[in-house]
Amino acid sequence: MSLDTVENAAKTPDVELPWAELGLKKDEYERVVEILGRRPTGAELAMYSVMWSEHCSYKSSKIHLRQFGEKAPQSDALLVGIGENAGVVDVGQGYAVTFKVESHNHPSYVEPYQGAATGVGGIVRDIIAMGARPVAVVDPLRFGAADHPDTKRVLPGVVAGIGGYGNCLGLPNIGGEVVFDACYQGNPLVNAGAIGVMRHEDIHLAKASGPGNKVIMYGARTGGDGIGGASILASETFDDAKPSKRPAVQVGDPFQEKLLIECTLEAFAEKLVVGIQDLGAAGISCATSELASNGSGGMRVELDDVPLRDSTLSPEEILMSESQERMCAVVEPEKVARFLEICEKWDVIATVIGEVTDGDRLEIFWHGEKIVDVDPRTVAHEGPTYERPYARPAWQDALQADDANKLPRPSTSDELKQQVLALVSSPNQASKKWITSQYDHFVQGNTVLAQPEDSGMIRIDEESGLGVAIATDGNGRYAKLDPYHGAQLALAEAYRNVATTGAKPLAISDCLNFGSPEDPDVMWQFVEAIRGLADACQILGTPVTGGNVSLYNQTGEAAIHPTPVVAVLGVIDDVARRTPVAFSEEGQLLYLLGDTREEFGGSAWSQVVHDHLGGLPPQVDLERERLLADILISASRDGMVDAAHDLSDGGLIQAVVESAMLGDKGARLIVPDGLDAFTFLFSESAGRAVVAVPRSEELRFTDMCGARGLPATRIGVVDGDAVDVQGEFALSLEELREVHEATIPALLA
Amino acid sequence: MARVVVDVMLKPEILDPQGQAVQRALPRLGFEGISDVRQGKRFELEVDGPVDDAVLARIHELADTFLANTVIENFTVKVEEPAVGAEK
Repeated sequence: MSLDTVENAAKTPDVELPWAELGLKKDEYERVVEILGRRPTGAELAMYSVMWSEHCSYKSSKIHLRQFGEKAPQSDALLVGIGENAGVVDVGQGYAVTFKVESHNHPSYVEPYQGAATGVGGIVRDIIAMGARPVAVVDPLRFGAADHPDTKRVLPGVVAGIGGYGNCLGLPNIGGEVVFDACYQGNPLVNAGAIGVMRHEDIHLAKASGPGNKVIMYGARTGGDGIGGASILASETFDDAKPSKRPAVQVGDPFQEKLLIECTLEAFAEKLVVGIQDLGAAGISCATSELASNGSGGMRVELDDVPLRDSTLSPEEILMSESQERMCAVVEPEKVARFLEICEKWDVIATVIGEVTDGDRLEIFWHGEKIVDVDPRTVAHEGPTYERPYARPAWQDALQADDANKLPRPSTSDELKQQVLALVSSPNQASKKWITSQYDHFVQGNTVLAQPEDSGMIRIDEESGLGVAIATDGNGRYAKLDPYHGAQLALAEAYRNVATTGAKPLAISDCLNFGSPEDPDVMWQFVEAIRGLADACQILGTPVTGGNVSLYNQTGEAAIHPTPVVAVLGVIDDVARRTPVAFSEEGQLLYLLGDTREEFGGSAWSQVVHDHLGGLPPQVDLERERLLADILISASRDGMVDAAHDLSDGGLIQAVVESAMLGDKGARLIVPDGLDAFTFLFSESAGRAVVAVPRSEELRFTDMCGARGLPATRIGVVDGDAVDVQGEFALSLEELREVHEATIPALLA
Repeated sequence: MARVVVDVMLKPEILDPQGQAVQRALPRLGFEGISDVRQGKRFELEVDGPVDDAVLARIHELADTFLANTVIENFTVKVEEPAVGAEK
């Protein structure tokens, strides 16, 4: 096809364009024609198709995501909210922290190493676009059954990709999760989160204001990789994916990204930048249209000036390319020379590709001809929105009626012991050391806590000891049983994990992984989960700062479990006051905080012992979560506890076994009055933690719990070299460690 | 005995950071006039017995599943008879 200019498009209204192949629906294409008052050019069609894809436009989710804004709790900590590259939170002492979690699911299934690596690269660029220096990454991962052959293909690649990219950037990996479930077989979830730190005055927003300002592209050259990735790969199920002319996979270069970080932060420090945007999904289409529509509105771009890796690329391909490690900055004309100088110093290619105009059109030229002439808002922000039909699935009642509390329970002490061994050695409860030891946790020297602690913690000020903690959680099994409460439980668990380490939770980011929104069942799960999260954030006082939505995680009819992954960020005044998971000294008294009920729906026990999923997830009591968090934070600050571990999947026994093994100290446990041993060990009631209290602090600690109305039950003592449940069974740490640590290497190494 | 060579290259549109690093180093070392470098892998397979179509098909299969990551790489297979005198 010869060059399709705007002029040409106006003269040839009847030319057929491949809108369907680019992922647009008929009515969406008609809407484009209506907006433009003519047929789009090929380049315009490319832009609209990627920007109006589910991945970029949030067309199915937008109307529901509004709740995060409407229900946002009053928070003094929130400096920048949803809508920017990443949210920014005030952590005190003049510091601000930006953090975000995103998905890179489909690319990581196709090409595990590069998919996961570029996922890290993308989230890190979001952080630097806010003007912050990245300090840590976290990776919540979900894979298919641990013993499935395809998991052995996907998992090692993903883990190596995350480790490789992060290590090259010199960023510690401090948290995340690894969960196995057959529902993720064809759709592994590779979510990536990053944290960045800056001073308050250094926050930068993505906008292009001031006519005459120059638009500069810098970083890697644009190549043919990832074309159509945004609109096809990330938005449709694999069954529907059309074969594309070029592969939709991108290969990253972490060393280039490291240069981008340094170069961008230096330009920020010299106040050379008016607006900035990283290039991720939808590449130049996204960056130019978003920058322009967030600013005063007009922009003129000479596409010929974009540095290319492959000179045969068509203008449409240049607009859609998802080549990695690229950024776009808006710079005042008199500062351009200095900006380019900094780029040159860091060996980063930088080129002026256009300028901000005083009009309200985004105009793009190729070989002197105008090939795009659009209102950038219609591309970036006024895409279609759908009110997809949703309805409570017909099977939901039956699923909830299939009560896990009625499953046969162990009848003898020996059976109980065997089930404990089965639990702690099951893939989801087993040690993930084989995976997490492939990441660098301590590079940069500021890591205070990392896996397998309840949350990752980073020191951000060396003198005062100010630090931040982050935890990610999301139990898809709970959410399948009840998406509203399941999402709240994901938030509650991450919130609890942050508080357990002694940090005060401030804000959250979420990565919502679901099946196809065109299925009313899935859409219902999605709507319920958002409603649950928004309601819970109100009560916990933690606003949502951003995140992303990943839909179409399904193959054929089978969708993944609804999996809202929630990252909670907290602050701690002095990291020396942190509370670790490990039992450290014999004689420490073990207290169970919170109420234990017979709650086994969606539990690890029901999965491991009975391969069962049914009933209701544990009750949610957010006021209780708040109280528990307050107690844990106070206890940490005042030195009343030596160790603490939140109780979640696997219940009390899982938590005690982990703390005992980490500290290499055993525990004697006494089943408290009113509870049977089985419920005591395996229940997954929420709002609970186990703490190790030094004898000297016992009275002060129990008085505090009593005064504030938090149930605190003494359940034993740190002692010996076994986990000994009195009157039931004892398991030596050696035996526990052997089964706990052998599972993952045996399956995957 | 024959030698079959499998050359594996990143697909042309895929970024090649190693090749770029080499390309950037060339002018520094005084080698001008090279505008692009792409780096690949070469496998030399010594095959027992004659190389017939069945053997070649099998080598294609092993290259496709093991030697190359065909999501991001292309490969070529060619037969190279050992040079006269190569066997001592």
